[in-house]
Amino acid sequence: AMEDVCAKFVSQKVSKARWRPPPAAALRPPDCFATGSWDNEDNRISIWSVGDLGNVGLNGEYQGEPQLLCDIRHNGDVMDMQFLDQERIVVGSSTGDVTIFRHHQNNQTLSANQRWEKAHYHVDRGAACGGAACTGVICNNPEIVTVGEDGRINFFRADQKDAVRTIDNADSSTLHAVTFLRTTEILTVNSIGQLKIWDLRQQRNEPSQIFSLTGDRVPLHCVDRHPNQQHIVATGGQDGMLSIWDIRQGTMPVSLLNAHEAEMWEVHFHPSNPDHLFTCSEDGSLWHWDTSTSVSEKPSFLHQGGKTSTFFAHNTINQSVVSAWLSNDPTKDRMEITNLIPNQTLSVNSLDVLGPCLVYGTDAEAIYVNRHLFA
Amino acid sequence: VVPGVDSAARQLCFEWGPAEMLVCETLFGGRGGEPLDDRCQQSPTPRRFLAGAGEGRPSSSSVFVVRKDQDVYVQTLRKLFNESHGIFVGLQRSEEELAGKSRKAHLVQVSKNYRSVIRACMEDMHQAAVSARDPALHSQYSTQVSILSAMELIWNLCEILFVEAAVAGPLLIRLLDWVRLHVCDVNNMVREVLSSENPSKHELFWNVVDVFVLQGRMDEARHLLSKEASANPTSLTMCRVLDDLMKKMPVPSLGNMQTLTELELKWQHWHEECQRYLQDGTFASNSHMESICKVLLGDENAILEKKELLTTWYHFLVTRLLYCHPTVKPMELRCLKCLSFIMSCYLPPQSSMDLFLGGESSAEPLDIILMAAFEFEIHQVIKECSIALSNWWFVAHLTDLLDHCKLLQSHNLYFGSNMREFLLLEYASGLFSHHSLWQLGVDYFDHCPEYGRVYLELHIERIPLNTEQKALKVLRICEQRQMHEQVRSICKIMAMKALRNNRLGSALSWSIRAKDAAFATLISDRFLKDYCEKGCFSDLDLIDNLGPSMLLSDRLTFLGKYREFHRLYGEKRFSEAAKLLLMLMTAHIAPCSFWMTLLTDALPLLEQKEIIFSAEQTYELMRCLEDLTAGKSDKQKFQDDDVETMKVEMLRLALARNLARVIVKEGTLEGS
Repeated sequence: AMEDVCAKFVSQKVSKARWRPPPAAALRPPDCFATGSWDNEDNRISIWSVGDLGNVGLNGEYQGEPQLLCDIRHNGDVMDMQFLDQERIVVGSSTGDVTIFRHHQNNQTLSANQRWEKAHYHVDRGAACGGAACTGVICNNPEIVTVGEDGRINFFRADQKDAVRTIDNADSSTLHAVTFLRTTEILTVNSIGQLKIWDLRQQRNEPSQIFSLTGDRVPLHCVDRHPNQQHIVATGGQDGMLSIWDIRQGTMPVSLLNAHEAEMWEVHFHPSNPDHLFTCSEDGSLWHWDTSTSVSEKPSFLHQGGKTSTFFAHNTINQSVVSAWLSNDPTKDRMEITNLIPNQTLSVNSLDVLGPCLVYGTDAEAIYVNRHLFA
Repeated sequence: VVPGVDSAARQLCFEWGPAEMLVCETLFGGRGGEPLDDRCQQSPTPRRFLAGAGEGRPSSSSVFVVRKDQDVYVQTLRKLFNESHGIFVGLQRSEEELAGKSRKAHLVQVSKNYRSVIRACMEDMHQAAVSARDPALHSQYSTQVSILSAMELIWNLCEILFVEAAVAGPLLIRLLDWVRLHVCDVNNMVREVLSSENPSKHELFWNVVDVFVLQGRMDEARHLLSKEASANPTSLTMCRVLDDLMKKMPVPSLGNMQTLTELELKWQHWHEECQRYLQDGTFASNSHMESICKVLLGDENAILEKKELLTTWYHFLVTRLLYCHPTVKPMELRCLKCLSFIMSCYLPPQSSMDLFLGGESSAEPLDIILMAAFEFEIHQVIKECSIALSNWWFVAHLTDLLDHCKLLQSHNLYFGSNMREFLLLEYASGLFSHHSLWQLGVDYFDHCPEYGRVYLELHIERIPLNTEQKALKVLRICEQRQMHEQVRSICKIMAMKALRNNRLGSALSWSIRAKDAAFATLISDRFLKDYCEKGCFSDLDLIDNLGPSMLLSDRLTFLGKYREFHRLYGEKRFSEAAKLLLMLMTAHIAPCSFWMTLLTDALPLLEQKEIIFSAEQTYELMRCLEDLTAGKSDKQKFQDDDVETMKVEMLRLALARNLARVIVKEGTLEGS
């Protein structure tokens, strides 16, 4: 419900918002998130708390508004940002730098821990403005992979000063996002509508597989992989379309779902509840895609025809959910889609979901937190 | 450094340009800036000097860049701009849907939303002021708080008079609310007295009772009075009488339950009753109560005696209306001859007045603005606000709201657009001059029918595009509004940038997006040149994936097809490859300069064991070769190096041999 959402205007355009992962054993919802800003003279990384302890306002009413814990200057626009662990955040900059910031929780400060300057660059790395924007970052502690406008893929380790490996000219167009497929494989999407798999075990500097949208080569901006079923991949495009791919078959998406009216900036499967998916867009909307209702209500739709049944032969867990994402014709009775922002204006640049909590940030310089997503 | 500046001239010509910057040259070390502009001079916050560059000129002179709408640069105010942007867009969207009563209620709600944003911002600013350690910063924040508070005061009055257009009866109630909300100077006193152990013994006790009476807060006044009554038995009767009068005082209700005539009748009776008690000396022994009774009777002098408690002339005005003319009609406010008199009682202005002009006590813009509002001079209100306030936010949004109330239609400015549009354009231009707030400006331009589009076109091209993501955002704005010219120019800029960075693939993507055929040709040539030099293609992933966009330019088509030839050849689909190769020349898809390369590519096909080119195809190849060699003048032929001549000879030989083989083969086939 809308009343569960609290907003805070932060006087800077928010490009990224990420929940801090809770300690491995903890079951409680996240209480802390990080944001990054863009297009400011002075961009910042900020850490916010939404903990409900000691947050009762003067008049006794509950104050759900996020509180700023600490922030630090960041050189350039924050293009992407990922938590490496509970304390460290990896940030990709428009200057091409990749920086690890450490959040010192004892005295609530942030400091730059390590920096790879101009990890992404154009022809002349030495030139003052030779850097190329780093567009995507993904972490699997201690490994860090970054992609950029220079079409380059960098592999770093948090504990090593130099890049472990670099694929120059990995892509002739701009790489927009990256994610891990498995520990040894990554997925990238680019500005000519291609989804590529890179196998890190191979020394060849070429993708092991290329998938592409047919026809119009609509640029892809974001990618996420199903947390349990690694062959199911979701991407979002410049036309706002959500594409679901089954990377074991074909080279084209299994389904194309009409969603937003402009660029889809991020797509996220819910990490522990993957029949829910969230997307946000330049058009100022944030959609919640829910296939869970169909599972309980329509058990009969397991019979889907050839493709799906062969599929079932290999898989035993979460069958119905999987088929919901991969069904060729997802109609309304199988998927419930809700726009979580009714009066949209400016772009929603980033979102993150964890447990029952959703956080998102906009160009209207506001961050929003919903802590009762499934209420 | 500004080119063409004569350093002998002391002052540079200046003007507000589209980028909202003022360039002026001054004598550094003099008295700072020369007088610049009225607006700048009046600005309460320090002006923003961005650059002081005087290279290569006498050291005494320097060039300042002064920004116009400097409030745009206040951090906390960004909240105001962003939040009100949402309200503004909502208001424009709701325009058509509502009619009649619900429309008015909606507009009042919008107005309240604007005010709550101002208030929220004020609170933030106040917090910032409290926590600021630097005195300069503190005073800067405090100034902002005062400005915001004045804006809210004016807005609230405009809301009552113009947006809600309260009628007789409710009008007074609204005005009382307004006064209670904004006259805060006495609140501390009230709090102090109420929290004391024995309020009626407090030296300010009667002051507080007066405050309540003057603000029409009868219940609270009566509550205090009861304290006095219980503490001081001698005045018990007096207190009871006064309490009864206060209780009986007829007040206009919002519920419209009584007619104005009924109210006036009741009022008359009550007035007479008060008069009786005053005349028979009921309160003679207590000057405090006597003066309160006089106030109830609307005695001007009695009210004026409490000038200190009223603090402002508009409080006085409302109090006087409450006790003299509670059923005042909106239009009667306008004719109140007492307005200027009332004001004159309160001048020179109180401290709250010098918010606007940095302590120049001769001018009191806030009073002039409020007065104009009471006189229903809407245009005067807007004009005075424009002059007095250091930002365009207030007038732009207020004017837009009043325009939606259909109060401004008749007023056209000399340059053709109306006042609403003029102010919105100014405000949005200010936003566009900001490195980050420009996105908000777009929606304001969208709602300026006359010049919005032109302004947007001019401004949007000036946004620096440091990343592709930003370029995409700007591009989206242009595409949504069919601004083809700007789309082309942005794509071109990005394509050029990519080309400079040697990112041919990206460059091609951008020119395809802009449908820029010439540029696509240029990039295709670069690809082909690279191929000729290196013998292999770069960016295969892109060229193999051109799809329908291949048709954008002939050269791009050729590039795509030529690459296809290589793929077919690589896959050993020779006859298809041969057919395609020949077609590239005969259909004149390939540029002539590239024919030699194509013919050379045919060589290995001619040398294959099996026959690939048919007789007819071989003839065509020969003709292509002859066309190519014949096309060159004799002189050129002499200059051709040996390699070239040898190539031609080899080709001729290969062609002849292939022809011989194919004639034999085809003859055999026909024969069988």
